[in-house]
Amino acid sequence: MNFKHKYMFLLPGLLVLLGILIFPIGFTVRLSLSSWDSFFPGLDFIGLENYVRLFTDDARFWESFQRLSFLSITTVFLQYILGFSLALMVWKDIVFQRFFRVLFLIPMMTTPVIMTVIWKTVFHESLGPVNDFFSLFGMTPLWLSSEGLSKVTVIIVEVWQWTPFMFLLLLAGLLSLPKEPFLAASIDGAGPIRKFVYVTFPLMAPISIGAIIIRLIEASKIMDTVYVLTSGGPGTSSETSSFYIFIKGLREFQFGYSAALSLTYLIIMIISLTVIAKMLVKLMIRS
Amino acid sequence: MRTFYVTLKYIAVTLWSMFVIAPFLWALSTSFKDFNSVTSGATYIPWVDFEPTLEGWRVLLRSPAQGGVNIVEPYLNSIFVTCFASLISIALGTLAAYALSRFTFKAGFIRNDDITFFFISQRIMPPVVLAIPFFIMLGKLGLLDTLFGLVMVYVVLLMPIAVWIMVDFFNKVPIEIDETALIDGCNPYQAFYKVVLPNSIPGMVVAGLFCMIFGWTDFFFAFILTFTEVQLLPVAIVSLNSSITPWWSLSAAALVSVAPLIVVAFIVERYLSKGNLSGALK
Repeated sequence: MNFKHKYMFLLPGLLVLLGILIFPIGFTVRLSLSSWDSFFPGLDFIGLENYVRLFTDDARFWESFQRLSFLSITTVFLQYILGFSLALMVWKDIVFQRFFRVLFLIPMMTTPVIMTVIWKTVFHESLGPVNDFFSLFGMTPLWLSSEGLSKVTVIIVEVWQWTPFMFLLLLAGLLSLPKEPFLAASIDGAGPIRKFVYVTFPLMAPISIGAIIIRLIEASKIMDTVYVLTSGGPGTSSETSSFYIFIKGLREFQFGYSAALSLTYLIIMIISLTVIAKMLVKLMIRS
Repeated sequence: MRTFYVTLKYIAVTLWSMFVIAPFLWALSTSFKDFNSVTSGATYIPWVDFEPTLEGWRVLLRSPAQGGVNIVEPYLNSIFVTCFASLISIALGTLAAYALSRFTFKAGFIRNDDITFFFISQRIMPPVVLAIPFFIMLGKLGLLDTLFGLVMVYVVLLMPIAVWIMVDFFNKVPIEIDETALIDGCNPYQAFYKVVLPNSIPGMVVAGLFCMIFGWTDFFFAFILTFTEVQLLPVAIVSLNSSITPWWSLSAAALVSVAPLIVVAFIVERYLSKGNLSGALK
């Protein structure tokens, strides 16, 4: 085809995206080298001072990052197990198949922040139904205001919200699998468990990897849930990186410092996601 | 043994269904309560546990001057921003995806895959990284707190999804279709418009659904980039969650906001069962 036409197709999208993004990204880099805050707004130049502060004198950032890693890996792991199980269950041989499929998809269609507000009333420590149930046993767990349990609450809500996405990707994968390997396994007399271990799981490995990576990317942005449920509290015990950057940037208006945080965070994310992707490929293809 | 598996399966499916439905049922029940039924502890069944009232739902339609919370305007704003941004994203995303799937690009070390990755990598970007520069940029352009500014930001959020799904889709549409059209005397634009596009409608529907899901459910950018003039639905509802929370109107508003996308779940399921989704999601 003609050489010039291909640019007519590509450029509108590319230029719009670049046009909208080039300023924000360039500006963030420049901002990270300045001390812009609410007292002295303006682009001065302080070199790498923000980065030095970040790496030597900001334990809170690194703690929030550890917490984020813990939360996102745990939730994605749970979502994968649950999503895969659910997809297998409604894959075939089930009554009301379409009803269950639609039902299992619904949570991902709902606005996370709005459903989190509802969850907050569900987990309300004195007026919510969850503690109404636990009070039968004389217990009142502090779902939102104790350090350990607030993380559990965040995980429960994240699992409710996003397992459907995992379910969707994996069910789409299951439905596209070829029939022959299953027939062959049946002829060889393999039971359901052996069929899963030797046929379904290996065939699903590439799709699983894709789904896990997509979910890890999205989970690393956990923010709405934390903001509504606990606001990072009690103290800083459920604060994730995004939320910490949000506080520094848009609550304390330390624009310069939060830009340095953002860029560092972005680079760590890109590197770690690439590494995780490589590791998963190795693990799942081999087994 | 076989019956054991089947029983286990139905128990598991039922339990998960209950977990999925629970918050909706709770919200539905709460939306008919008044102040007293909420603050006297958890109650569930109307008429038995508490006396139901329609106050929570009525408040949604009243203007703020009459002590209501107007969610009609945020609702319309949300629909406008989501649809408009999705349309732009799909139009531009489909064109770009077509180019990336059919032609080879080479500029220095940059290849097709790198350009595709550039598009998709925008999803890795945590919203908070972009929020501050967007805040300053829209402020300078005078677009802070306007629908147009939000549409612009949402295009950045949604176009990667459109490109991701469409590149994959076009890779599965046989290139012979284009070639036949070209031999028949179409120029590349006519070939795309008259032949390729009609064949890509399933892919574009799936891309559109995903754009709508992620556009409709976004909270963060709407929260940061608007204040009073323009409010989107999630922000309007979360702002109800103040110190003295009116749980009843909050629940009613949440249910109303969640309703339209439940239709999307049905459409997605249809595509899934027909097998059209598997190609578009990998």
